[in-house]
Amino acid sequence: MSVNVRIPTILRTYTGGQAEVTAEGATLAEVIADLEKNHTGIAARVLDDQGKLRRFVNVYVNDDDVRFEQGLETATPDGAGVSIIPAVAGG
Amino acid sequence: MAVHSDASTTNSVDLGAAAALSCRECGHQVPLGPVFACEECFGPLEIAYDFSSYETEELRKQIEAGPSSIWRYAPLLPVPADVADKPNINPGWTQLVKADNLARELGVTGGLYVKDDSGNPTHSFKDRVVAQAIEAARAFGFTTLSCSSTGNLAGAVGAAAARAGFRSCVFIPHDLEQGKVVMAAVYGGELVGIEGNYDDVNRFCSELIGDPAGEGWGFVNVNLRPYYAEGSKTLAYEICEQLGWQLPDQLVVPIASGSQLTKIDKGLQELIKLGLVEDKPYKIFGAQAEGCSPVSVAFKAGHDVVRPQKPDTIAKSLAIGNPADGPYVLDIARRTGGAVEDVTDPQIVEAIKLLARTEGIFAETAGGVTVGVTKKLLENGVLDPSLTTVVLNTGDGLKTLDAVAGTGLTATIRPNLDSFREAGLAS
Repeated sequence: MSVNVRIPTILRTYTGGQAEVTAEGATLAEVIADLEKNHTGIAARVLDDQGKLRRFVNVYVNDDDVRFEQGLETATPDGAGVSIIPAVAGG
Repeated sequence: MAVHSDASTTNSVDLGAAAALSCRECGHQVPLGPVFACEECFGPLEIAYDFSSYETEELRKQIEAGPSSIWRYAPLLPVPADVADKPNINPGWTQLVKADNLARELGVTGGLYVKDDSGNPTHSFKDRVVAQAIEAARAFGFTTLSCSSTGNLAGAVGAAAARAGFRSCVFIPHDLEQGKVVMAAVYGGELVGIEGNYDDVNRFCSELIGDPAGEGWGFVNVNLRPYYAEGSKTLAYEICEQLGWQLPDQLVVPIASGSQLTKIDKGLQELIKLGLVEDKPYKIFGAQAEGCSPVSVAFKAGHDVVRPQKPDTIAKSLAIGNPADGPYVLDIARRTGGAVEDVTDPQIVEAIKLLARTEGIFAETAGGVTVGVTKKLLENGVLDPSLTTVVLNTGDGLKTLDAVAGTGLTATIRPNLDSFREAGLAS
């Protein structure tokens, strides 16, 4: 499964400045693991010490907030768009 | 008297005593700039100040001699010292109404006050935060102002941009109240409806900011959020000064993103550290609508994280299902001994009418939420009626007329005295 991942500005130091990269994986957890293989250090920014999504990170698979789905186990179908977005916006 | 210094990073931007940005989660510091999330942990960046040169009584005199706006507190905000001379909307110094009639109705004996922020230039508290963002936008060289908004902010940005000479392009859910749409559009900036709820709009803006399409834009509640959010501290400053430099015992504050409540607490803590008020306990209570109550649900369940909700309430200005500062609201409510409560839409309407009938204040739905929650917390014995209590009204009821649409004529009569008497209106 290949998905397109949108990278927020504060993580682009790990992707050589790229705003969008491709990654492999059938679930969000697998996608993040694959991102880490190609962009070392990025997983530790997105996940906390227990391997859970940090509380100030929002991740969307297509238009769905993964917190409303299965979190890191949310399925990432072939061609899906994954967006990683800082949560501390708005209000 | 040295009072407070928690900044170690300096830079050349002139934003008064603001010295650096500091992550609220991990403490990582970066220089002042248009960034909002920590590069280490995604936590929210906040302004760290250097107040070390301030002497308490001199500062108090300077504030009291200042303008009748938030700029009387300029030394405590991320703004240049000459901020009052620049084109801005100059909000604040709104009435703190001693609500004796409402107090009698609710059985409050310790003093009940309504901080009525409908008196701001665009009739909501949002003018306070936008006024800060304008100064940050100037400092960082932005020429376009933008935001995601539930309505009130869109109007505040439009007005401030017009006054200060910025282009504005703001984003709102497509189905907002007509009053808020008109009040946002009339200032001549671009107003874009997004097919989705506020959280969808917010997500869109967060993505736009990282795209060349949004390059060079100052999003007041995204990349300028650390500066913008500080404007809510002025509510705390004003309440205390208007109470004669006293802390209230209890405050009831609405929760949308939770930023306002969080910054009110920060403002109170700063006043204590600066010696401008006596250090004593206070309790902060958060108010939500039942149809968008992620923080209230988390509080009651004992959780320290907030599970997002899909909002469905008439209180659209509070309809943020994924509140950025929700975890901090939980921390503050618990630390101060407060609580977070919610009320139903019918209770919101009832509370709008109660405040209007008793105090002559026509609140928007968010004000109905705070008054409704105040009533509920008093009935449940959570709020202490013998203590000084301040309730926030953050917006004008003219913006949410639909909420009280059934309110109208008492009678329609012919223009003669018999008809008047027949209608039962004679004294």
